Amino acid sequence: MTVASTLALILVVLLLSVAAWTVVARQTFAAVVGFVAYGLLLSIAWVALSAVDVALTEAAIGSGLTGVLLIGASARLRVTEAAASPERPGALLRGLGALASAMVAGGIAASVLSLPEPAPTLAPAVAEHLPSIGLGNAVTVVLLAYRGIDTLLESIVVVFALIGVWSLAPDRVWGGYPGPRQYADPNGILAYLGRVLPPIGIIVGVYIFWVGADLPGGKFQGATILAAMWLLGMMAGLADAPPISRTWLRILLVAGPLLFIAIGFAGALTAGAVLAYPDGYAKLLIKVIEAALMPTLTLTLALLVAGRPERTARG
Amino acid sequence: MNVPTLFGLCAAALVGLGLYGVLTNPQPLRKLLAFNLIGNGVFLFFGVIARRGAAAGFAGDPVPHGLLITGIVVAFSASALAVALLLRLFQATGSATLTGDAPTRAEADDRDV
Amino acid sequence: MSFLLDVLTVAAISAGLFFFLAGSIGLLRFPDALSRLHALTKADNVGLGLVMLGLLPRADGLLAALKLVFVWLLVLLASSMVSQLVARVARRGGSPS
Repeated sequence: MTVASTLALILVVLLLSVAAWTVVARQTFAAVVGFVAYGLLLSIAWVALSAVDVALTEAAIGSGLTGVLLIGASARLRVTEAAASPERPGALLRGLGALASAMVAGGIAASVLSLPEPAPTLAPAVAEHLPSIGLGNAVTVVLLAYRGIDTLLESIVVVFALIGVWSLAPDRVWGGYPGPRQYADPNGILAYLGRVLPPIGIIVGVYIFWVGADLPGGKFQGATILAAMWLLGMMAGLADAPPISRTWLRILLVAGPLLFIAIGFAGALTAGAVLAYPDGYAKLLIKVIEAALMPTLTLTLALLVAGRPERTARG
Repeated sequence: MNVPTLFGLCAAALVGLGLYGVLTNPQPLRKLLAFNLIGNGVFLFFGVIARRGAAAGFAGDPVPHGLLITGIVVAFSASALAVALLLRLFQATGSATLTGDAPTRAEADDRDV
Repeated sequence: MSFLLDVLTVAAISAGLFFFLAGSIGLLRFPDALSRLHALTKADNVGLGLVMLGLLPRADGLLAALKLVFVWLLVLLASSMVSQLVARVARRGGSPS
């Protein structure tokens, strides 16, 4: 057993223990805290699998933003905890559930152990075409050049999810401010943190976005950090989400995907296929698309956590 | 047993744990947590496949990494939509349960403040 | 010279691990929330500082070393603020859930 596999074994045992805790914990808040810890351990697992960009995304979005979302939800649903205990299934149903889960897990484990041996890979094809794009980070090139259609559709899907969240507003508050009013002591620690951390966080977020061209990073991780700084300001009572009827908000939300679509169709005229880049302009166009998607992603991620409109006036 | 296979078996166990959580937890928020566990297990399995595809100077096949990043972002937005639906259900009916009777049209209109 | 740096790395990281262990034992054994917070923040911040000190000789270049120090300072800032917030709730007798 090498050092690497010993560390991996310890990590796997920790990961499964925290995941089991998340499933069986009695209180929902304890389960959510376990989920956030599980997400951070999972990011370490991603680094152990040599997927650094995925580790950054998991730590930021999978553990961070999802954790904020679930903590807020568990706090608002606290009063329903007691009502749920009579609904817990009996021993027979739990046994059947465990049997079904064990069979599914066994099936997946069997397919893990029988993966084809010279593993199929697209890495040589990626490496062959990488110099023609001019960026150093292969994952960014995959996201924006080889699988550009995935990123385009994804940026539209997150806006759809936001519209779905907004559509849950009752008619009388449509167009109003998202989320309940946050009260925080203006002289307290949270307000102090909300003043000190966001300038640092904005610089770090923009840096991670910019450096994603050649090193691990990119627009998703950078936009998440910017969204998190805005959410911190909202929670500290120093900033507020805009009312959803604001025109500038709606324009910024669609500007990123629209620009991406426009550049894609322009590629049909200049480079022969939709979402193809003309020679020599690939790096410039990729940077333009990423810069246009940053405001869309930041606004969408922050407003997805802020929730549906709940009040028509600021206070 | 090398490191990728170990993480692959871990991914299988995570999917099993998540499925057990979805089947046996009555509260929708706990089901959402367990569903996220299933999703992360599937992502981990895909990451194992990416790690096995290391070639041409890369430590892992970059194409699955790009798909995984997309998957994590879309899973977050799905969770956000699910939480919004759950909070609206709680606000409209006063309880966050999936087994109760649906409110009648008159009750729902009265509560819709 | 590099042998001395390796000794520094191993010694600092081991000392850091000892402080982390002490903080975790405090988390498990102390009776109430405020004393557990005290053990956690003091011991874990010193432990992280020692681990970072041990990693400094292995960083490639001044910029990477400055980034490590920056990470440590950010963790210091965040953990001290969060422990204050948790202590306020604990002192009022409330529980987070």
